[in-house]
Amino acid sequence: MAYNLKQEASKPERFVGGHRLCAGCGAGVAVRGVLRALNDEDKSVSGVATSCLEVSSFLYPFTAWNDCFIHSAFENVAASVAGAEAAYKALKRKGKVKDNYKFIAFGGDGGTYDIGFQALSGAMERGHDMVYVCYDNEAYMNTGLQRSSATPKFAEVSTAPVGSKIPGKMQYKKDLTETIVAHNVPYVAQTTFTSNFKDFHEKAHKAHYTEGPAFLNILAPCPRGWRYPPEDLMAICKLAVDTCVWPLYEVVDGDWKLTYEPKTKLPVTDYLKPQGRFSHMFKPGAEWMLEDFQAHVDKKWERLLKKCK
Amino acid sequence: MGIRERLSGNEAVAIALKQINPDVLAAYPITPSTEVPQYFAQFVADGQVDTEFVAVESEHSAMSACITATAAGGRSATITSACGLALMWELLYVASGTRLPVTLAVVNRALSGPININNDHSDSMGARDSGWIQLYSENNQEAYDNYIMSLRIAEHKDVMLPVMTCQDGFITSHAIENIELLEDDKVKAFVGEYKPEHSLLSGESISMGPYDTPMFYFEHQYQRARAMVDSKQVILDVSKEFGDLTGRYYGLFEEYKMEDAERAIIVLNSTAGTAKAVCDELRAKGEKVGILKLRVYRPFPMEEIAKAISHVKAVAVMDKAESFSAAGGPVFTDVRSACYELATRPHIINYIYGLGGRDVPVDVIHFVFDELKKVVADNKPGEIYRHVGVRGV
Repeated sequence: MAYNLKQEASKPERFVGGHRLCAGCGAGVAVRGVLRALNDEDKSVSGVATSCLEVSSFLYPFTAWNDCFIHSAFENVAASVAGAEAAYKALKRKGKVKDNYKFIAFGGDGGTYDIGFQALSGAMERGHDMVYVCYDNEAYMNTGLQRSSATPKFAEVSTAPVGSKIPGKMQYKKDLTETIVAHNVPYVAQTTFTSNFKDFHEKAHKAHYTEGPAFLNILAPCPRGWRYPPEDLMAICKLAVDTCVWPLYEVVDGDWKLTYEPKTKLPVTDYLKPQGRFSHMFKPGAEWMLEDFQAHVDKKWERLLKKCK
Repeated sequence: MGIRERLSGNEAVAIALKQINPDVLAAYPITPSTEVPQYFAQFVADGQVDTEFVAVESEHSAMSACITATAAGGRSATITSACGLALMWELLYVASGTRLPVTLAVVNRALSGPININNDHSDSMGARDSGWIQLYSENNQEAYDNYIMSLRIAEHKDVMLPVMTCQDGFITSHAIENIELLEDDKVKAFVGEYKPEHSLLSGESISMGPYDTPMFYFEHQYQRARAMVDSKQVILDVSKEFGDLTGRYYGLFEEYKMEDAERAIIVLNSTAGTAKAVCDELRAKGEKVGILKLRVYRPFPMEEIAKAISHVKAVAVMDKAESFSAAGGPVFTDVRSACYELATRPHIINYIYGLGGRDVPVDVIHFVFDELKKVVADNKPGEIYRHVGVRGV
């Protein structure tokens, strides 16, 4: 059946309002969308790494999760969900669990690219039937905007501030999606919030219903950390894909496929300019930073196009 | 009437696990506990159990997986030693704080650094305040028995706390001794089915592991602390039931020739065997000596221990772990504190011994009993924080 946003949005919510995430936060949008892509008849268990998402969605005794939820720590969500999935297999085999459950791990970029990377790598390698979702907002937002390995080069963050000698973070963003592809995971995709969520929804659905591990990397902007008006969430995401800063693609059993190619590839300045975290890049004398950023995006994009041929 | 076998402590735990057939076993290799998951992996490979064996990439992930597997309504288990237990540290508190009855077989080994692969109790003693029940085992038989009992204790509705059972690395984990095993069906009947009141896969919608604000956190910690207090009776009840089944009765601790003892040693795990042998030797010479072997260290049997040693003139508490508190080892400080309210208290001294696998021959125990003789004669303890078997002291 063809994708229909109105129809999808009318399904009963598995992640409901009333949580305490900031207005315009990408994390809630990501969770809601990922859970919406589950088939109606399936139940789910979501594990969440310690994060903004966790501390904002389950403050005892209130939960925003209508499906099952568990949090235990920061760096272990992949192993946690793997444990639940293992128990499910054993209990299902013994006839002790009747319903069908899907298993999803949610982590921010800090919990995924950095501290949770070992557990993620282990769970992907072992082949648990689960979906790992990274909501990537490119810094440690829960603790106050510290640098992660997902923070883009030159972005101003609290542990890589812009100073008179050093202009923000000096390293490029780690390419985690490609790293997970190298784990031979059957389904890996990168997406974000664009137009009618078709790309997002289809990838989330594929991830849920691919047997074995799947990995979704979702660019999930943080208006406070990135310093843009909360209502511009969709516009920022659109610019991220149209400048090829965050390309949309999927890798199915090792086959790379571009799922969106901008008609006109926009200059990265269109994406950087609206965000306060990059404002120092637009000061006189900072042109080299814009050139560096553009060159890096171009190089990565060309390589991706080759992989997707 | 049981199955007579000859097994190492590691084999004994592996056999217990096979008989229990847990839903999930998540483990990572580390000396000297590695053999247990190795044996278990073979049981899986041979189809003798239908457990999901998760060969995780770290002990941190092992405990993480056990926590959620248990939350999902499964029975889960893991095995570790030393640095492996240290890497689990953060999650030990999560397991007990989430009130999940995970069971963990610890094969005691010294913590780094420097690295040392041999036995002492620095690993589990460091975890003594993590909200886990701790049972200590003198030999392979006790390692086996304690492990089987640990599930019933952990899963009791008045407890719902994780349990670690401990035995000495290499000394009992690798030494082969006679053992009496229970028949498979008896073990299965004894441990029964794990039926949690709530679980992730029961069909209900449930959220576990909240962000607990100052409004609730304290109450939850209080409930956890109460559960530890209440677990004492459950341990006794389960041990009685196990004794009725096997003829092997266990209490919170074992009193060996303590009735009229004037001098006593408090010790746990394998050194208790050595201490009993020395005790027999001295008793044969008419010396009034006894051994109190601690089995349950958490919950700490405060009143019971105080009562058991109230008539003794001098007690040596032997700690196979330093606490670096400059005030003695962990068992010592607990025992000494337990005796504070006694009308007449024994003199209590502490010996740190056997660290990093330093051999503990009968000479060490003789030495300690001799020293206690001096304490009794002088009617004062002298230096209370002592080390035995270490050069330069």
